[in-house]
Amino acid sequence: MASSSYSPQEIVETIRMVQMEKLDIRTITMGISLRDCASESAERLAIRAYDKICRKAAKLVATGEAIAREYGIPVINKRISVTPVAIVAEAASDADQLETMLKIAHAMDRAAREVGVNFIGGFSALVHKGATPGDMALMNAIPQALAETERVCASVNIGSTKSGLNMDAVALMGRVVKEAAQRTAAADGLGAAKLVVFCNAVEDNPFMAGAFHGVGEPDCVINVGVSGPGVVLRAVEAAPEADFGELSTIIKRTAFKITRMGELFGRTASERLGAPFGIVDLSLAPTPAVGDSVARILEAMGLERVGIHGSTAALAMLNDAVKKGGAMASSYVGGLSGAFIPVSEDIGMIESAEMGVLTFDKLEAMTAVCSVGLDMIAIPGDTPAETIAAIIADEAAIGMINRKTTAVRVIPAPGKKVGDSVEFGGLLGRAPIMPVHTLSSAAFIQRGGRIPAPIQALNN
Amino acid sequence: MSKLPDIKNTAEAKTRAIVTVIGEDQVGIIAGVATILADSGANILDISQSIMQEFFVMIMMVDLAKAKVSFEELKTQLNAKGAGMNLKIDIQREDVFKLMHRV
Repeated sequence: MASSSYSPQEIVETIRMVQMEKLDIRTITMGISLRDCASESAERLAIRAYDKICRKAAKLVATGEAIAREYGIPVINKRISVTPVAIVAEAASDADQLETMLKIAHAMDRAAREVGVNFIGGFSALVHKGATPGDMALMNAIPQALAETERVCASVNIGSTKSGLNMDAVALMGRVVKEAAQRTAAADGLGAAKLVVFCNAVEDNPFMAGAFHGVGEPDCVINVGVSGPGVVLRAVEAAPEADFGELSTIIKRTAFKITRMGELFGRTASERLGAPFGIVDLSLAPTPAVGDSVARILEAMGLERVGIHGSTAALAMLNDAVKKGGAMASSYVGGLSGAFIPVSEDIGMIESAEMGVLTFDKLEAMTAVCSVGLDMIAIPGDTPAETIAAIIADEAAIGMINRKTTAVRVIPAPGKKVGDSVEFGGLLGRAPIMPVHTLSSAAFIQRGGRIPAPIQALNN
Repeated sequence: MSKLPDIKNTAEAKTRAIVTVIGEDQVGIIAGVATILADSGANILDISQSIMQEFFVMIMMVDLAKAKVSFEELKTQLNAKGAGMNLKIDIQREDVFKLMHRV
């Protein structure tokens, strides 16, 4: 009994984290392999995929909600990721490949609605070295698929440290991102908010829009993404005099506690759903809600606003401390694991961007030391596809050279220019249109081919 | 019983829960909560109370091994009791606290 008595302070700390500091489990994501659904018939493939998703995930939402009530910690999202669709759908030969891809997108959307999840990821292709006809069809189908479905998320991996960057795919994805936005112009280009272009994509990421179920994964798996910027913020605010060593320890201790919740929820969900437990992704994921901002943590460290000089160093330290604290708290850490800095989903980022303090170029620098990349950034609607491709190439180069995952999720908001803003609502938030360089990168992008894989020695 | 010895190392840990009461001190808090627990077949293992930041905080560790009602039903009853007394009364499975505060 003695070892399991808790002091009132400990109990109250936990309750305060949930009620005042917005500690939550951001997502329980079920990964489902669709490899056994492949068929020569597009129709049969769509039916098999729909049936398998509905069967495996039938109890996902109810289970997530039951665990949340029992443990008293909210689970914000229940989601699904599937095998990259390009791999599964390529064998279907009785219909036009583009039509096949769209058919699967609709089947995924219906299945997601049926089981009650708000997003399903995996409308994806892995083309870091080159693209097959199925990969090409998938990439070309993305704008229409995202416009015609509500819950489907798409991602494409265009580079890796081991293979270099597929610049033909980069050029294509510049056009795909732009078209995805244009086809959803009435919703400020929402389609592009559901599309992530990766370098070094991970196979077990539970976070949308970039989640897919990798080919090295089991048939079905439970991955959990934790959150808790508010908890870290409160801890940092309580230590205004601490030097960086002490601050790092405070953040590590907090990240440990947050991640333990992720581990508990992942294992419990896995046990109840009869699917193996995959990983905890120990990312700090902000939401537009006040008090749930990563930017505010950096500001609490002593920066007047996020985006000024010092922001990159502050973020590097935060990201590293989160990883160190979290790594000890869970047996299996994976996914993206770090601090996210999406602009539209973080009130501190939004404000700083609106003031013109946080610039596109500074965001790019910050992504070199944290999780993910250029995320949820609205740019002018008339930005050329080649410029978007060049943005993707820059970000992918950072990932390739630094052996880390990077991603681009920019929204070229149709008809909008600098000074305007876009509103996506819910967790996707709102964003001011941020200026990008207007001089042309077109000749660079038009070269095509591949940027060779980097040397892994002589590291300077 | 458990396949996950690193977290849930005993059978009793699975059935234990923490009841928390937070709010303004008033007559009848313990009696009210204890009545609901007794009627539900929940065994009270430990009670502590203190004043933290001007708030009355009462914590009970209970064992639900012989409970006659479901966890959800008990939670609903306690939440309702809290609303009636202008207090926040909740119940959470013990694992949450164990994992967060014990390495």
